[in-house]
Amino acid sequence: MNFTPYSALIGGLLIGSAASLLLWLDGRIAGISGILSGLLPPASGEAVWRVLFIAGLIGGAALLYAVHGHAPCARADFPGALLIVGGLLVGVGTGLAHGCTSGHGVCGLARRSPRSLVATLTFLLVAVGTTCIVRHVAGIG
Amino acid sequence: MPVRPIRSYLAALGAGLVFGLGLALSQMTDPRKVLGFLDVAGAWDPSLAFVMGGAVGVGLVAFPFILRQPHPVLANRFHLPTNTRWFEPRVLLGAALFGVGWGISGYCPGPALAQLAAPNSETWLFLPALIVGSAIARVINRR
Repeated sequence: MNFTPYSALIGGLLIGSAASLLLWLDGRIAGISGILSGLLPPASGEAVWRVLFIAGLIGGAALLYAVHGHAPCARADFPGALLIVGGLLVGVGTGLAHGCTSGHGVCGLARRSPRSLVATLTFLLVAVGTTCIVRHVAGIG
Repeated sequence: MPVRPIRSYLAALGAGLVFGLGLALSQMTDPRKVLGFLDVAGAWDPSLAFVMGGAVGVGLVAFPFILRQPHPVLANRFHLPTNTRWFEPRVLLGAALFGVGWGISGYCPGPALAQLAAPNSETWLFLPALIVGSAIARVINRR
């Protein structure tokens, strides 16, 4: 795997700028799990900005893939069951934690929230442990 | 229902666009790249630490200035989380479950949504499961 510090850093700066823009203009936290789950019943209202933010998110990625001429494709022999179980766990987990990589990991840390720091350290460490077990003990991926 | 100026909707669209650009450029949307970062016991690729560093860095500088304003440019008030307790078992359990799901799949919510822009069948398995999981959490949280 190639080490890509420059595109990673510029991408990170863009993500931080997007979160700052949303807070500065609309007063909203750019936490993707919260923006998405706010669309589920019982509806929390204010669906329009949520849908538009998600549309922009997909559009931004589409724009980069169009310019770049390349988008990440599916992994050849990655088990679909892991994607389904992973999706369920990420959905339940980010719901109970009230945030994901963006809400806690970016916006929460930027707000200097101890709650988000604890959540971020927890999901990062658990994710590192899980990946190492899946890859090196179970031998998948 | 408060009147929301059309400009605030455009701001949400624009912020989403920049966010999606950042996710795709940084390769957060590629689970191979994400798992290459999480797999510290393999051929470790530290790139994604630069994503997090860049994003948090901008926020650490910008957020204090923004939150010093009386209100957002296009809205009446800031919508910030009200619960600030740093230790809460449910949040820790949730973060741990999220970590397991992220670690086995390589996707978190933002990249999974952004991958709808790619011809990638993986997100069509991951996203519906993510939505079901979020709905379950909403039910639990309302108890």
